[in-house]
Amino acid sequence: MAKKPEYDVPAFRPDLENPAIVAGAMAHSQPFIAAPEHQEALGFPGELVDNWEQKAVEKLGDLLQKNKALRVYLDSCVKCGACTDKCHYFIGTGDPKNMPVARQDLLRSVYRRHFTLAGKIVPGLVGAKDLTKDLLDDWYKYFHQCSQCRRCAVFCPYGIDTAEISMAARDIMDHIGLGTKYNNEILGKVHKIGNNLGLPENALIDTMEGLEEDVEEETGVLVRFPVDQKGADVLLVTPSADFFAEPHVDGLIGYAKVFHQAGISWTVSSYASEAANFAMFIGNYEQMHKVSQRIRQAALDLGVKRIIFGECGHAWRVAYSFLNSLAGPWDFLDPKYPRPQHILEVTNDLIKRGAINLDASANDDKVLTFHDSCNVARATRMGDVEGGQFIIPREVIRASVNKFVDMDPSTIHEKTFCCGGGGGLLTDDLMELRIKGALPRMEALQDVVENHGVTHMAAICAICKSQFAKVMPYYGFPMDMIVSVHQLVSDAIQLGTKE
Amino acid sequence: MSFLTLAYALAFYFAATVIIVGLAYKIRQFWVTPAPLKIPVMPAPLTNKGVAFRLAREVTYFESLFKSNKWIWILAILFHAGLLLVVLRHLRYFTEPVWFWVKLVQPFGIYGGFAMVAGLLGLWARRFLVERVRYISSLSDHLMLALLVMIGVSGLMLKFVTRTDIIAVKAFFLGLMRFDLQPLPQEPALLVHLGLIAVLMIIFPFSKLLHVPGVFFSPSRNQVDDAREKRHLAPWAAKLDETRENATAE
Repeated sequence: MAKKPEYDVPAFRPDLENPAIVAGAMAHSQPFIAAPEHQEALGFPGELVDNWEQKAVEKLGDLLQKNKALRVYLDSCVKCGACTDKCHYFIGTGDPKNMPVARQDLLRSVYRRHFTLAGKIVPGLVGAKDLTKDLLDDWYKYFHQCSQCRRCAVFCPYGIDTAEISMAARDIMDHIGLGTKYNNEILGKVHKIGNNLGLPENALIDTMEGLEEDVEEETGVLVRFPVDQKGADVLLVTPSADFFAEPHVDGLIGYAKVFHQAGISWTVSSYASEAANFAMFIGNYEQMHKVSQRIRQAALDLGVKRIIFGECGHAWRVAYSFLNSLAGPWDFLDPKYPRPQHILEVTNDLIKRGAINLDASANDDKVLTFHDSCNVARATRMGDVEGGQFIIPREVIRASVNKFVDMDPSTIHEKTFCCGGGGGLLTDDLMELRIKGALPRMEALQDVVENHGVTHMAAICAICKSQFAKVMPYYGFPMDMIVSVHQLVSDAIQLGTKE
Repeated sequence: MSFLTLAYALAFYFAATVIIVGLAYKIRQFWVTPAPLKIPVMPAPLTNKGVAFRLAREVTYFESLFKSNKWIWILAILFHAGLLLVVLRHLRYFTEPVWFWVKLVQPFGIYGGFAMVAGLLGLWARRFLVERVRYISSLSDHLMLALLVMIGVSGLMLKFVTRTDIIAVKAFFLGLMRFDLQPLPQEPALLVHLGLIAVLMIIFPFSKLLHVPGVFFSPSRNQVDDAREKRHLAPWAAKLDETRENATAE
């Protein structure tokens, strides 16, 4: 991939020191505003409404009634500063409004002005502010410089999660007609077609048939890639990027080989052909609810017994933590399996039971490290023990690869850094932000490359994979250094030895 | 009955009413506002007992803050642990006879007073010395520290510089609790000390001191990690389910 020198790529910090504050460093960064058609398709006003200030305050009041987290977080911050150096966007840009507390204060100031006694009586004293056009502009800029990764919430003494504040702010902005093109256009496609890419049924079938042919050509084994197959045991819901993007598709091939060898009958659905639920990014419960009904409907229509999610971080958050609320109860699925289940839980279990055969030496040309995807790490679990989301992916990697090293402990597990492109920011209009936000992960990667000869980094999130493939070249890493975990499984699995 | 005694008695009745009613209002609000989704910060406990233990670790030794920043943690522990000892020491003004363990804690309460002020001064210094913390500090953050420091310093002065008739002070507070007003000594340091405490009580429910109840209501810390096992549904969100056509029998 050709480098684009117009972006100012931050240098690796010698001692990982915190950056000096540079006020307004990212004040020019904002995503494209949604066109009226993309807004209206979701039931939001087409453009900024005339009485936007009043409407915004009303919507904030509505959310305060509906969301305990928002209420408690807006009231509880003591400005201790524990979060100020934890955000990858602050580390990468030095912009003080990218410190989590300062980002929250953009909304908290309006909350104090309209919903607290002190803010009504002595606004200047307690940092209460009216929602002016300038402040709204800051909302739009800086609530789209938060990837909702929850790293700040790990370190906050009260667990204040800036993601919740950003989601609320984005929901408010959508309700006054100020949405993002990237997220809202994609949501429109999901409602219309069933996936983020707008990939229609026949294209999906063609793609899956193509994969079937490719795998047969390469391995001599007919591995099925079924679409809309009624009566299959498993409905696989995977991010649509898995159907064609690199390295995502190699992961999908890996899932198919695992199902094939384990003798599990499965299918994808052309109606629910998307795991990612972008409504989470815009913080809108109703949209999230609507999108997730597709999965319920597909599971009922196809008569499956299990639902399994492919590698996707935010999708797994919605699946693991929210899907039971949004689209449950899952009483029609087989209770012997978690509802829903992650593909890594499935594969790890099959490895443990000896139901699939892996030869790790197939990956001896690689030294692996693993990037914990933020939403998997801090918003979900896998398996049945606390922290299983850290253990299971590593077990699958170690079963597929002989050489594995972890990155610095302050950058993995629950302290992992976001890739820089999560939370609805994976769009070219935010490229500078994405490059800068990747800095702490790139530094940790550089460390293991230098000291342990790491050649590849595995990830389990479609956004991480796309983001790293695009951003790593700016830091001098080849784009194919990022791989799917199931790509490693795919390379190691010994087809024809079990079935 | 002097004017000052009456003024302070009324101030404390007012302050006590504000803090009790105000906190009750906020706690009720935190309690009844639904959390629509499961959002514990993971890894999270799998049981209620585990959650209780997690919250206990947060409020006793500030587990997350410890992970975050050792300086803030040391200063915060100095202040909060010091304040706790000071409050326990002060229980002797409100109980007759004084409980046994409150007698035991008396000398530690003095160390607590120094620790509290030292912690506060350290936290305040950070607001000037650390660029990031300076940026996020508003006037109210400085005033809150000033108020607490003045309460601590005036209290230490009453112990070490301008001692007052603490028997009479105790009689005043026991009298307040029994609605039988007793004269309050009139040392300036005592009047400052008590006046500022009344101010602190009054602003408590309207300020960032709401972190005290807030920490217990934070969904990212108080939720059990059981989303796949138990369906979690807010009442307002349940209404959305009625609109869907694909419901199955529950």
